[in-house]
Amino acid sequence: MSAQTLDINLSLLVPEILISLLAMALLLLTAWRSDAGGQKLVRMISAIGIIVVAVITLGSFGTMTETTFDGLFINDAFSVYMKLLLFISTLFPLVMSWDYLVKNGIDKGEYQVLSLFALLGGMIMASSGDFMTLYLGLELMSLSIYVLAAFRRDDVRSNEAGLKYFILGSLASGLLLYGITLVYGNVGSTSFSEIHAHLASGAHLGESLSVGIILILSGFAFKIAAAPFHMWSPDVYQGAPTSVTAFMGAMPKIAAFAGIYRIFLDAFIPLFHEWGMVLKLLALLSLAVGAFAAIAQTNIKRMLAYSSIGHVGYALIGLAAGNQAGFEAVITYLSIYIFMNIGVFCFVLMLNQDGIGEEIEDYKGLSSQRPILAFVLALFMFSMAGIPPLAGFIGKLVIFKAAVEADLIGLAAVGILFSAVGAFYYLRIVKFMYFDTTESQFGMTVSPISKAVIAITSAVVIVFGIFPGALLEWVAISVKPFIS
Amino acid sequence: MLSLVTFLPLIGALVIFLIGRNRDNVARYAALTVSLLTLVVSLQIYAGFDTSIAGFQMVESKTWLPALGLSYAMGVDGISLPFILLTALLTPLCILSSWKSINKRVMEFMMAFLALESFVIGVFCALDFILFYILWEAMLIPMFLIIGVWGGPRRVYAALKFFLYTLAGSVLMLIAVLAIGLKAGTFSIPELMDAQFGYQFQIWAFLAFFIAFAVKVPMWPVHTWLPDAHVEAPTAGSVILAGILLKMGAYGFIRFSIPILPDAARFFAPMVFTLSVVAIIYTALVALMQKDLKKLIAYSSVSHMGFVTIGLFALNQQGLEGGILQMVNHGIVSGALFLLVGVIYDRMHTREIAKFGGIALRMPIYAVIFMLFTMASVGLPGTNGFVGEFLILLGAFLANKYVALFAATGVVIGAAYMLWMFKKVLFGEIHNEDVKALKEITAREVVLFVPLIVLVFWIGFYPAPFLEMMSASVGNLVEQSQVVKTIGTAAVAAVH
Repeated sequence: MSAQTLDINLSLLVPEILISLLAMALLLLTAWRSDAGGQKLVRMISAIGIIVVAVITLGSFGTMTETTFDGLFINDAFSVYMKLLLFISTLFPLVMSWDYLVKNGIDKGEYQVLSLFALLGGMIMASSGDFMTLYLGLELMSLSIYVLAAFRRDDVRSNEAGLKYFILGSLASGLLLYGITLVYGNVGSTSFSEIHAHLASGAHLGESLSVGIILILSGFAFKIAAAPFHMWSPDVYQGAPTSVTAFMGAMPKIAAFAGIYRIFLDAFIPLFHEWGMVLKLLALLSLAVGAFAAIAQTNIKRMLAYSSIGHVGYALIGLAAGNQAGFEAVITYLSIYIFMNIGVFCFVLMLNQDGIGEEIEDYKGLSSQRPILAFVLALFMFSMAGIPPLAGFIGKLVIFKAAVEADLIGLAAVGILFSAVGAFYYLRIVKFMYFDTTESQFGMTVSPISKAVIAITSAVVIVFGIFPGALLEWVAISVKPFIS
Repeated sequence: MLSLVTFLPLIGALVIFLIGRNRDNVARYAALTVSLLTLVVSLQIYAGFDTSIAGFQMVESKTWLPALGLSYAMGVDGISLPFILLTALLTPLCILSSWKSINKRVMEFMMAFLALESFVIGVFCALDFILFYILWEAMLIPMFLIIGVWGGPRRVYAALKFFLYTLAGSVLMLIAVLAIGLKAGTFSIPELMDAQFGYQFQIWAFLAFFIAFAVKVPMWPVHTWLPDAHVEAPTAGSVILAGILLKMGAYGFIRFSIPILPDAARFFAPMVFTLSVVAIIYTALVALMQKDLKKLIAYSSVSHMGFVTIGLFALNQQGLEGGILQMVNHGIVSGALFLLVGVIYDRMHTREIAKFGGIALRMPIYAVIFMLFTMASVGLPGTNGFVGEFLILLGAFLANKYVALFAATGVVIGAAYMLWMFKKVLFGEIHNEDVKALKEITAREVVLFVPLIVLVFWIGFYPAPFLEMMSASVGNLVEQSQVVKTIGTAAVAAVH
């Protein structure tokens, strides 16, 4: 940090400040009023708070880039857009799990508070301009989610999930931290822009720099559950309370991708030829694991865990393409993915309230009893499989287009073949819902909030499938800071 | 106009969703009305169609996703129009045929069917590559549900097999579409027809397309999904599958492989010939062995589509016109045959050939209709099948005598299994109690066949209007297929 006056512009941090104030205030509130009414209040306030902050953040969505704390913190179109995705992927899982939390007796104020802190961590990652801020954000987010995963204290599997996530997550953090020190040792800075300048200058670089970069990539591969760093994810998905699974299926991944963009497209882009290869490998492995391992699953949460590994594989193809189209495609893909993810988990949560819905077989005959719900869930499945005219197809289209543009035809062809394999297990759910019959009755009570969540997410999946123009434009604006 | 004919059924499906819940008859009548309206609109398109223009007509073009270079472009030419008309004609017939036989989830069935019609017509109208792909894939969803929900005992297996086979085939097409589009800088189909591509590139792109289209046609040896899908699908599903969906693959060859990648098309023509000849003879022999009526017709479809692909890759006027005409013929005839099977299945709930026999004694009118279509399928002169096969063999003879020779033997085997089947099902003594109880077909069922019978003889005796409709576009296509597109012409000369 320079010896001159410290560069502080707190106005850029307004969303972060508000979220942290909100979280702390709610922590006090929940301690003060721990009865049911108080919890309800906490839930309401946290939801409204996120919406308010989202609106405030959205106000600054533009093209200008501002930094503060000497570049430690960046506010640009990318950070705003990613924060928006983070708000969505926090808000929806929170509100749609209200009933679930109450029914399962884990309706504690801390749940909301921890979610908000995780969100805060993700926001800091999206805005980070330095390894220091990035690491802070990452740890804040991860630690909050470790606790959330183990939130059902009386449930063995939830405890196991939390512990497993924590131990493996610490290992990943260790890798990341070690990578950062290696980079620092070589370059002499932790600031992304300074690292970039140093690498671009063509100065002689030590071998250990590459090791550092690979370690950092591995750490992030763990966070986004890309194969071969995916082992934790099916167990944690299954063991964690469903509401938490819904949350961590999207939010931490968005944040981790934001971090990857900041690190790799800001700092390490001059060395793309080195880490691009690794990305291809990660993408291929993730696609294969996502496609084949999901087939054998009977538990829907495990299946969705593998499916999300596959989706990460697609996103990584876009990143491995290394061109502007690819960078845009990844964000487009993620934007669409979170809506599909939220929509599907909303169904799982609804069925979970009746004590079913964990097993794929539980969906048998859904269409004859709840035709509209089944139809919407089928839409999500077709969208996840990438069948047009649904949004999932647009996501795949932009990814493959970028890959073909970058002459990665082989990778694109493999990816697309795996998508055909993957279609099988999405279709299996449709098969259970439509082709099979059941004697048992679905008691499913659909709360107005669930209805709203399903309506919004399914509308997004349909509208962005046919008219994705606006989405593509926002994404193009948001990725601009990385294209110079 | 084209957007109207494409999206009218889809809008109809939404309307049925709103008014047809738990009101089966409302859903039926609404679906029939919508499909008839679509037929009227498609006839109007035919009326306004100028046969002297070789290129695309009634073009509608709007920018859709400028960021990706996509546009919403639609148009027809003499090649796509017959299929639009055929789709618009077969759909109301399918809906009529399912009037009684579909009695669970009627609303959903009608919605799926209209959505299917919408996507299929869209495929034939699309002038943008990605738009084509989107509609091509979207069609899988309703068809998957039609087979899986309303199909026979092994419907789940058949539906999944159908879906995954077609999806695996067409995913490679997406890569080829993207590669072609990015190389040429446009996804517009008319513009791509004039674009230049290197030889090597054409070969790879052709192969990627070939897999996608060959699965859909289906060509030997990727035809195995078809018998399963046909047998398990409800009657209307089989009709639309045989009548329309199989044509999409061949249409893909005509629309993309030949004009956009002509060098590769010429290079691969012998391969296509070989596979087609194998398909014609092998699947005809397999058809001889079938015990299931629907399976027999399914295998005969594969055999007949072998003729079509030979005609297309003869790459001359006769072959292409014959191929396209034969696609229409096959749509009419196999559609009718599946409807006929459906009629008998509704009464006896079996498709096993051995269980029939002597039906002609109980259902003389039915027997006459059955005979008409059997003859058309065999290709008796005076029926549409003859005109198509004759043109194809003529074109094949000009391109390669041996291919014509082998294909002609397929005609003989084709006659054998069709006549054998006809004899077994309709003639002989009644040995099954169920057959004794059979009643003559109803007026509603007869109505189904009238337009198809008219077409069989119309095309059989006076094919001129149909050939005229496509001749300018086909002439244009023949010219396109002869163009040497490669940038390095010398390299091509060396290869040949």
